[in-house]
Amino acid sequence: MQNIINILDKNGLIFAFLVVGVIMYLSFLIGKKVTNNKIPAAAIAISFGLFIAYFGKGEKGIASIPAFSGMALLGGSMLRDFSIVSTAMGASFSEIKKAGLAGVISIVLGIVIAFFVGGVIAYFMGFTDAKSLTTIGAGACTFIVGPVTGAAVGASSEVIAISIAIGVIAISIAIGVIKSVFVTIATPIIASKIQLNNPHTAMVYGGMLSTTSGVSAGLAATDMRLVPYGALTATFSTGMGCLLCPSILYYIVQQFI
Amino acid sequence: MKIYGVAILAACYLVGQFIGDWFGRVFEMSGNLGGVGFAMILLILLNDYLNKKKLLVPETEQGILFWSSMYIPVIVAMSATQNVKAALTGGWVALIVAITATSVCFLLIPLIAKINRIKN
Repeated sequence: MQNIINILDKNGLIFAFLVVGVIMYLSFLIGKKVTNNKIPAAAIAISFGLFIAYFGKGEKGIASIPAFSGMALLGGSMLRDFSIVSTAMGASFSEIKKAGLAGVISIVLGIVIAFFVGGVIAYFMGFTDAKSLTTIGAGACTFIVGPVTGAAVGASSEVIAISIAIGVIAISIAIGVIKSVFVTIATPIIASKIQLNNPHTAMVYGGMLSTTSGVSAGLAATDMRLVPYGALTATFSTGMGCLLCPSILYYIVQQFI
Repeated sequence: MKIYGVAILAACYLVGQFIGDWFGRVFEMSGNLGGVGFAMILLILLNDYLNKKKLLVPETEQGILFWSSMYIPVIVAMSATQNVKAALTGGWVALIVAITATSVCFLLIPLIAKINRIKN
Protein backbone atom coordinates (compact mmCIF):
# COMPACT_ATOMS: atom_id res chain seq x y z
CA MET A 1 0.00 0.00 0.00
CA GLN A 2 2.79 2.38 0.97
CA ASN A 3 4.51 1.55 -2.33
CA ILE A 4 1.45 2.51 -4.32
CA ILE A 5 1.10 5.80 -2.47
CA ASN A 6 4.78 6.56 -3.05
CA ILE A 7 4.40 6.01 -6.76
CA LEU A 8 1.30 8.23 -6.90
CA ASP A 9 3.10 10.96 -4.94
CA LYS A 10 6.01 10.88 -7.35
CA ASN A 11 3.82 10.93 -10.47
CA GLY A 12 1.23 13.47 -9.43
CA LEU A 13 0.42 14.92 -12.84
CA ILE A 14 0.06 11.51 -14.49
CA PHE A 15 -2.23 10.32 -11.71
CA ALA A 16 -4.26 13.52 -12.18
CA PHE A 17 -4.81 12.59 -15.86
CA LEU A 18 -6.20 9.25 -14.69
CA VAL A 19 -8.41 10.78 -11.98
CA VAL A 20 -9.88 13.42 -14.30
CA GLY A 21 -10.36 10.84 -17.04
CA VAL A 22 -12.37 8.66 -14.66
CA ILE A 23 -14.42 11.69 -13.50
CA MET A 24 -15.18 12.61 -17.13
CA TYR A 25 -16.23 9.05 -17.93
CA LEU A 26 -18.53 8.81 -14.90
CA SER A 27 -20.01 12.22 -15.70
CA PHE A 28 -20.79 11.25 -19.28
CA LEU A 29 -22.37 8.06 -17.97
CA ILE A 30 -24.50 9.96 -15.42
CA GLY A 31 -25.41 12.55 -18.06
CA LYS A 32 -26.57 9.87 -20.43
CA LYS A 33 -28.28 7.37 -18.15
CA VAL A 34 -29.62 9.57 -15.33
CA THR A 35 -30.43 12.87 -17.04
CA ASN A 36 -31.00 11.47 -20.54
CA ASN A 37 -28.39 13.94 -21.93
CA LYS A 38 -30.44 16.86 -20.60
CA ILE A 39 -27.62 18.21 -18.45
CA PRO A 40 -24.24 18.75 -20.15
CA ALA A 41 -21.60 16.25 -19.03
CA ALA A 42 -19.18 19.17 -18.62
CA ALA A 43 -21.39 20.72 -15.94
CA ILE A 44 -21.74 17.37 -14.15
CA ALA A 45 -17.96 16.83 -14.27
CA ILE A 46 -17.19 20.28 -12.86
CA SER A 47 -19.77 19.80 -10.07
CA PHE A 48 -18.08 16.44 -9.42
CA GLY A 49 -14.77 18.30 -9.13
CA LEU A 50 -16.19 20.82 -6.66
CA PHE A 51 -17.70 17.92 -4.71
CA ILE A 52 -14.43 16.02 -4.27
CA ALA A 53 -12.66 19.30 -3.42
CA TYR A 54 -14.79 19.26 -0.30
CA PHE A 55 -12.90 16.19 0.95
CA GLY A 56 -9.55 17.95 0.87
CA LYS A 57 -8.19 19.29 4.11
CA GLY A 58 -7.72 22.91 3.30
CA GLU A 59 -7.48 25.70 0.83
CA LYS A 60 -6.24 23.56 -2.03
CA GLY A 61 -9.17 21.15 -2.08
CA ILE A 62 -8.30 17.59 -3.04
CA ALA A 63 -4.72 18.65 -3.86
CA SER A 64 -4.04 18.97 -0.14
CA ILE A 65 -3.82 15.16 -0.11
CA PRO A 66 -0.27 14.39 -1.40
CA ALA A 67 -1.30 11.68 -3.88
CA PHE A 68 -3.64 14.18 -5.55
CA SER A 69 -1.14 17.05 -5.60
CA GLY A 70 -0.89 16.73 -9.40
CA MET A 71 -4.48 18.01 -9.68
CA ALA A 72 -3.16 21.42 -8.66
CA LEU A 73 -0.71 21.34 -11.56
CA LEU A 74 -3.26 20.12 -14.12
CA GLY A 75 -5.85 22.61 -12.89
CA GLY A 76 -3.35 25.37 -12.18
CA SER A 77 -3.52 28.74 -13.90
CA MET A 78 -0.84 27.93 -16.50
CA LEU A 79 -2.45 24.87 -18.11
CA ARG A 80 -5.92 26.32 -17.56
CA ASP A 81 -5.23 29.55 -19.45
CA PHE A 82 -3.29 27.64 -22.12
CA SER A 83 -6.17 25.29 -22.87
CA ILE A 84 -8.74 28.09 -22.73
CA VAL A 85 -6.79 30.10 -25.32
CA SER A 86 -6.78 27.06 -27.60
CA THR A 87 -10.61 27.02 -27.70
CA ALA A 88 -10.42 30.20 -29.83
CA MET A 89 -9.61 27.84 -32.73
CA GLY A 90 -13.37 27.27 -32.99
CA ALA A 91 -13.98 30.92 -33.80
CA SER A 92 -13.18 33.05 -36.82
CA PHE A 93 -13.72 36.72 -37.59
CA SER A 94 -15.01 35.99 -41.08
CA GLU A 95 -17.73 33.80 -39.53
CA ILE A 96 -18.67 36.36 -36.92
CA LYS A 97 -19.46 38.89 -39.67
CA LYS A 98 -22.48 36.76 -40.49
CA ALA A 99 -23.88 37.44 -37.04
CA GLY A 100 -24.00 41.12 -37.96
CA LEU A 101 -24.46 44.04 -35.63
CA ALA A 102 -26.92 42.22 -33.38
CA GLY A 103 -24.41 39.39 -32.88
CA VAL A 104 -21.58 41.74 -31.97
CA ILE A 105 -23.78 43.73 -29.58
CA SER A 106 -24.93 40.51 -27.90
CA ILE A 107 -21.33 39.36 -27.37
CA VAL A 108 -20.43 42.54 -25.50
CA LEU A 109 -23.77 43.07 -23.78
CA GLY A 110 -24.00 39.45 -22.60
CA ILE A 111 -20.78 39.94 -20.67
CA VAL A 112 -21.46 43.44 -19.35
CA ILE A 113 -24.99 42.66 -18.14
CA ALA A 114 -24.14 39.33 -16.49
CA PHE A 115 -21.11 40.95 -14.87
CA PHE A 116 -22.96 43.90 -13.35
CA VAL A 117 -26.11 42.03 -12.35
CA GLY A 118 -23.87 39.46 -10.64
CA GLY A 119 -21.71 42.10 -9.01
CA VAL A 120 -24.63 44.15 -7.71
CA ILE A 121 -26.33 41.11 -6.16
CA ALA A 122 -23.04 40.03 -4.55
CA TYR A 123 -22.63 43.55 -3.17
CA PHE A 124 -26.02 43.44 -1.48
CA MET A 125 -25.25 39.96 -0.16
CA GLY A 126 -22.24 41.17 1.75
CA PHE A 127 -19.23 41.19 -0.59
CA THR A 128 -17.61 44.58 -0.47
CA ASP A 129 -14.11 44.38 -1.96
CA ALA A 130 -13.50 45.09 -5.65
CA LYS A 131 -11.63 41.82 -6.28
CA SER A 132 -14.38 39.57 -4.93
CA LEU A 133 -17.12 41.53 -6.70
CA THR A 134 -15.21 41.38 -9.99
CA THR A 135 -14.59 37.64 -9.62
CA ILE A 136 -18.24 36.91 -8.81
CA GLY A 137 -19.46 39.17 -11.65
CA ALA A 138 -17.11 37.32 -14.01
CA GLY A 139 -18.47 34.00 -12.72
CA ALA A 140 -21.92 35.17 -13.80
CA CYS A 141 -20.51 35.23 -17.36
CA THR A 142 -19.17 31.65 -17.45
CA PHE A 143 -17.31 29.16 -15.27
CA ILE A 144 -14.22 29.99 -17.36
CA VAL A 145 -14.32 33.76 -17.13
CA GLY A 146 -14.77 33.60 -13.34
CA PRO A 147 -11.55 31.80 -12.35
CA VAL A 148 -9.51 33.43 -15.13
CA THR A 149 -10.58 36.84 -13.84
CA GLY A 150 -10.15 35.85 -10.20
CA ALA A 151 -6.57 34.77 -10.84
CA ALA A 152 -5.82 37.85 -12.95
CA VAL A 153 -7.02 40.35 -10.34
CA GLY A 154 -5.50 38.30 -7.53
CA ALA A 155 -8.65 37.27 -5.68
CA SER A 156 -6.95 34.04 -4.64
CA SER A 157 -3.80 35.65 -3.33
CA GLU A 158 -3.24 34.81 0.29
CA VAL A 159 -3.86 38.28 1.67
CA ILE A 160 -7.31 38.30 0.17
CA ALA A 161 -7.98 34.69 1.10
CA ILE A 162 -7.21 35.40 4.73
CA SER A 163 -8.96 38.74 4.89
CA ILE A 164 -12.26 37.48 3.64
CA ALA A 165 -11.67 33.80 4.38
CA ILE A 166 -13.87 32.60 1.61
CA GLY A 167 -13.31 30.78 -1.65
CA VAL A 168 -14.51 33.47 -4.00
CA ILE A 169 -13.12 31.66 -7.03
CA ALA A 170 -14.95 28.49 -6.01
CA ILE A 171 -18.16 30.56 -5.76
CA SER A 172 -17.55 32.01 -9.22
CA ILE A 173 -17.12 28.51 -10.67
CA ALA A 174 -20.31 27.39 -8.94
CA ILE A 175 -22.17 30.37 -10.43
CA GLY A 176 -20.89 29.49 -13.89
CA VAL A 177 -21.90 25.84 -13.49
CA ILE A 178 -25.40 26.73 -12.25
CA LYS A 179 -25.73 29.13 -15.18
CA SER A 180 -24.72 26.39 -17.62
CA VAL A 181 -27.27 23.94 -16.19
CA PHE A 182 -29.97 26.63 -15.99
CA VAL A 183 -29.42 27.65 -19.62
CA THR A 184 -29.57 24.01 -20.71
CA ILE A 185 -32.86 23.34 -18.95
CA ALA A 186 -34.53 26.68 -19.66
CA THR A 187 -33.70 26.93 -23.38
CA PRO A 188 -36.10 24.31 -24.80
CA ILE A 189 -38.84 25.57 -22.47
CA ILE A 190 -38.70 29.23 -23.49
CA ALA A 191 -37.36 28.81 -27.05
CA SER A 192 -40.68 29.65 -28.70
CA LYS A 193 -41.25 32.67 -26.44
CA ILE A 194 -37.97 34.26 -27.49
CA GLN A 195 -38.37 33.16 -31.14
CA LEU A 196 -35.29 30.97 -30.94
CA ASN A 197 -35.95 29.16 -34.21
CA ASN A 198 -33.50 30.69 -36.69
CA PRO A 199 -29.69 31.07 -37.03
CA HIS A 200 -29.82 34.81 -36.43
CA THR A 201 -31.54 34.55 -33.04
CA ALA A 202 -29.34 31.56 -32.16
CA MET A 203 -26.26 33.73 -32.65
CA VAL A 204 -27.69 36.49 -30.46
CA TYR A 205 -28.65 33.86 -27.89
CA GLY A 206 -25.09 32.43 -27.83
CA GLY A 207 -23.58 35.88 -27.43
CA MET A 208 -25.97 36.91 -24.66
CA LEU A 209 -25.52 33.74 -22.60
CA SER A 210 -21.77 33.20 -23.20
CA THR A 211 -21.62 29.73 -21.66
CA THR A 212 -20.58 27.49 -24.55
CA SER A 213 -21.47 24.23 -22.79
CA GLY A 214 -24.92 25.45 -21.71
CA VAL A 215 -25.66 27.07 -25.06
CA SER A 216 -24.63 23.98 -27.05
CA ALA A 217 -26.63 21.60 -24.87
CA GLY A 218 -29.63 23.95 -24.75
CA LEU A 219 -29.71 24.36 -28.52
CA ALA A 220 -29.23 20.62 -29.06
CA ALA A 221 -32.39 20.03 -27.03
CA THR A 222 -34.24 22.71 -29.02
CA ASP A 223 -33.04 22.34 -32.60
CA MET A 224 -29.83 20.50 -33.46
CA ARG A 225 -29.23 22.64 -36.56
CA LEU A 226 -28.82 25.81 -34.46
CA VAL A 227 -25.91 24.47 -32.33
CA PRO A 228 -22.98 25.76 -34.45
CA TYR A 229 -24.44 29.28 -34.62
CA GLY A 230 -24.89 29.61 -30.86
CA ALA A 231 -21.58 27.90 -30.05
CA LEU A 232 -19.67 30.33 -32.27
CA THR A 233 -20.90 33.52 -30.60
CA ALA A 234 -20.70 31.90 -27.16
CA THR A 235 -17.00 31.14 -27.76
CA PHE A 236 -16.43 34.75 -28.79
CA SER A 237 -18.36 35.93 -25.76
CA THR A 238 -16.20 33.82 -23.43
CA GLY A 239 -13.09 35.35 -25.01
CA MET A 240 -14.62 38.79 -24.64
CA GLY A 241 -15.27 38.04 -20.96
CA CYS A 242 -11.65 37.02 -20.38
CA LEU A 243 -10.66 40.30 -22.02
CA LEU A 244 -13.11 42.74 -20.44
CA CYS A 245 -13.67 41.40 -16.90
CA PRO A 246 -10.12 41.63 -15.53
CA SER A 247 -9.46 44.94 -17.33
CA ILE A 248 -12.10 47.58 -18.09
CA LEU A 249 -14.87 46.08 -15.94
CA TYR A 250 -12.51 45.56 -12.98
CA TYR A 251 -11.40 49.17 -13.40
CA ILE A 252 -15.02 50.39 -13.32
CA VAL A 253 -15.73 48.35 -10.16
CA GLN A 254 -12.68 49.90 -8.49
CA GLN A 255 -14.07 53.38 -9.18
CA PHE A 256 -17.28 52.54 -7.30
CA ILE A 257 -15.79 50.66 -4.36
CA MET B 1 4.16 18.18 -36.98
CA LYS B 2 1.79 18.57 -34.06
CA ILE B 3 4.39 20.44 -32.05
CA TYR B 4 4.16 23.32 -34.54
CA GLY B 5 0.57 23.80 -33.52
CA VAL B 6 1.44 23.62 -29.84
CA ALA B 7 4.23 26.13 -30.46
CA ILE B 8 1.86 28.54 -32.25
CA LEU B 9 -0.52 28.26 -29.30
CA ALA B 10 2.34 28.84 -26.86
CA ALA B 11 3.44 31.93 -28.77
CA CYS B 12 -0.10 33.40 -28.69
CA TYR B 13 -0.40 32.59 -24.99
CA LEU B 14 2.92 34.23 -24.08
CA VAL B 15 2.34 37.35 -26.19
CA GLY B 16 -1.15 37.64 -24.63
CA GLN B 17 0.33 37.35 -21.14
CA PHE B 18 2.89 39.98 -22.03
CA ILE B 19 0.24 42.41 -23.32
CA GLY B 20 -1.96 41.80 -20.28
CA ASP B 21 0.95 42.36 -17.94
CA TRP B 22 1.95 45.52 -19.81
CA PHE B 23 -1.59 46.92 -19.51
CA GLY B 24 -1.52 46.09 -15.80
CA ARG B 25 1.57 48.24 -15.39
CA VAL B 26 0.33 51.10 -17.57
CA PHE B 27 -2.93 51.38 -15.64
CA GLU B 28 -1.18 50.71 -12.32
CA MET B 29 -3.52 47.87 -11.42
CA SER B 30 -2.43 44.63 -9.84
CA GLY B 31 -2.44 41.54 -12.00
CA ASN B 32 -2.76 40.65 -15.63
CA LEU B 33 -5.37 42.66 -17.54
CA GLY B 34 -7.08 40.44 -20.07
CA GLY B 35 -4.02 38.43 -21.11
CA VAL B 36 -6.13 35.35 -21.91
CA GLY B 37 -8.52 37.46 -24.00
CA PHE B 38 -5.68 39.04 -25.98
CA ALA B 39 -4.14 35.62 -26.58
CA MET B 40 -7.50 34.33 -27.90
CA ILE B 41 -7.81 37.27 -30.31
CA LEU B 42 -4.25 36.65 -31.51
CA LEU B 43 -4.98 32.97 -32.12
CA ILE B 44 -8.18 33.78 -34.05
CA LEU B 45 -6.32 36.33 -36.20
CA LEU B 46 -3.42 33.96 -36.82
CA ASN B 47 -5.79 31.08 -37.60
CA ASP B 48 -7.69 33.26 -40.12
CA TYR B 49 -4.44 34.45 -41.70
CA LEU B 50 -2.83 31.01 -41.95
CA ASN B 51 -6.02 29.51 -43.35
CA LYS B 52 -6.19 32.18 -46.04
CA LYS B 53 -2.57 31.52 -47.03
CA LYS B 54 -3.26 27.76 -46.82
CA LEU B 55 -0.32 27.40 -44.46
CA LEU B 56 -2.20 25.60 -41.70
CA VAL B 57 -1.92 21.87 -42.37
CA PRO B 58 -4.31 19.58 -40.46
CA GLU B 59 -1.42 18.01 -38.55
CA THR B 60 -0.42 21.42 -37.14
CA GLU B 61 -4.04 22.17 -36.32
CA GLN B 62 -4.26 18.90 -34.37
CA GLY B 63 -1.64 20.19 -31.94
CA ILE B 64 -3.94 23.09 -31.02
CA LEU B 65 -7.16 21.07 -31.10
CA PHE B 66 -5.74 18.59 -28.59
CA TRP B 67 -5.45 21.35 -26.04
CA SER B 68 -8.91 22.70 -26.75
CA SER B 69 -10.29 19.21 -26.10
CA MET B 70 -8.42 19.24 -22.77
CA TYR B 71 -10.04 22.39 -21.49
CA ILE B 72 -13.04 20.83 -19.74
CA PRO B 73 -10.80 18.20 -18.01
CA VAL B 74 -8.46 21.00 -16.92
CA ILE B 75 -11.41 22.98 -15.53
CA VAL B 76 -12.53 19.83 -13.67
CA ALA B 77 -9.06 19.52 -12.09
CA MET B 78 -9.20 23.20 -11.19
CA SER B 79 -12.63 22.78 -9.55
CA ALA B 80 -11.28 19.86 -7.52
CA THR B 81 -8.54 22.07 -6.09
CA GLN B 82 -10.74 24.93 -4.90
CA ASN B 83 -11.41 25.98 -1.34
CA VAL B 84 -14.95 24.61 -1.47
CA LYS B 85 -15.43 24.38 2.30
CA ALA B 86 -14.94 28.11 2.65
CA ALA B 87 -17.17 28.77 -0.36
CA LEU B 88 -20.11 26.80 1.02
CA THR B 89 -21.26 29.82 3.01
CA GLY B 90 -21.64 31.56 -0.33
CA GLY B 91 -23.85 28.84 -1.80
CA TRP B 92 -26.93 31.03 -1.83
CA VAL B 93 -25.04 33.86 -3.46
CA ALA B 94 -24.02 31.46 -6.25
CA LEU B 95 -27.57 30.29 -6.84
CA ILE B 96 -29.18 33.75 -6.77
CA VAL B 97 -26.48 35.43 -8.88
CA ALA B 98 -26.57 32.67 -11.50
CA ILE B 99 -30.35 32.54 -11.89
CA THR B 100 -30.92 36.31 -11.85
CA ALA B 101 -28.07 37.32 -14.16
CA THR B 102 -28.96 34.57 -16.63
CA SER B 103 -32.67 35.44 -16.61
CA VAL B 104 -31.93 39.10 -17.40
CA CYS B 105 -29.79 38.02 -20.37
CA PHE B 106 -32.54 35.64 -21.57
CA LEU B 107 -35.11 38.45 -21.49
CA LEU B 108 -32.95 40.71 -23.66
CA ILE B 109 -32.47 38.15 -26.46
CA PRO B 110 -35.68 39.01 -28.42
CA LEU B 111 -34.92 42.74 -28.18
CA ILE B 112 -31.37 42.43 -29.53
CA ALA B 113 -32.38 39.92 -32.17
CA LYS B 114 -34.63 42.64 -33.62
CA ILE B 115 -31.69 44.97 -34.40
CA ASN B 116 -30.75 43.45 -37.75
CA ARG B 117 -34.31 42.75 -38.74
CA ILE B 118 -35.21 46.43 -38.55
CA LYS B 119 -32.23 47.32 -40.69
CA ASN B 120 -33.04 44.70 -43.28
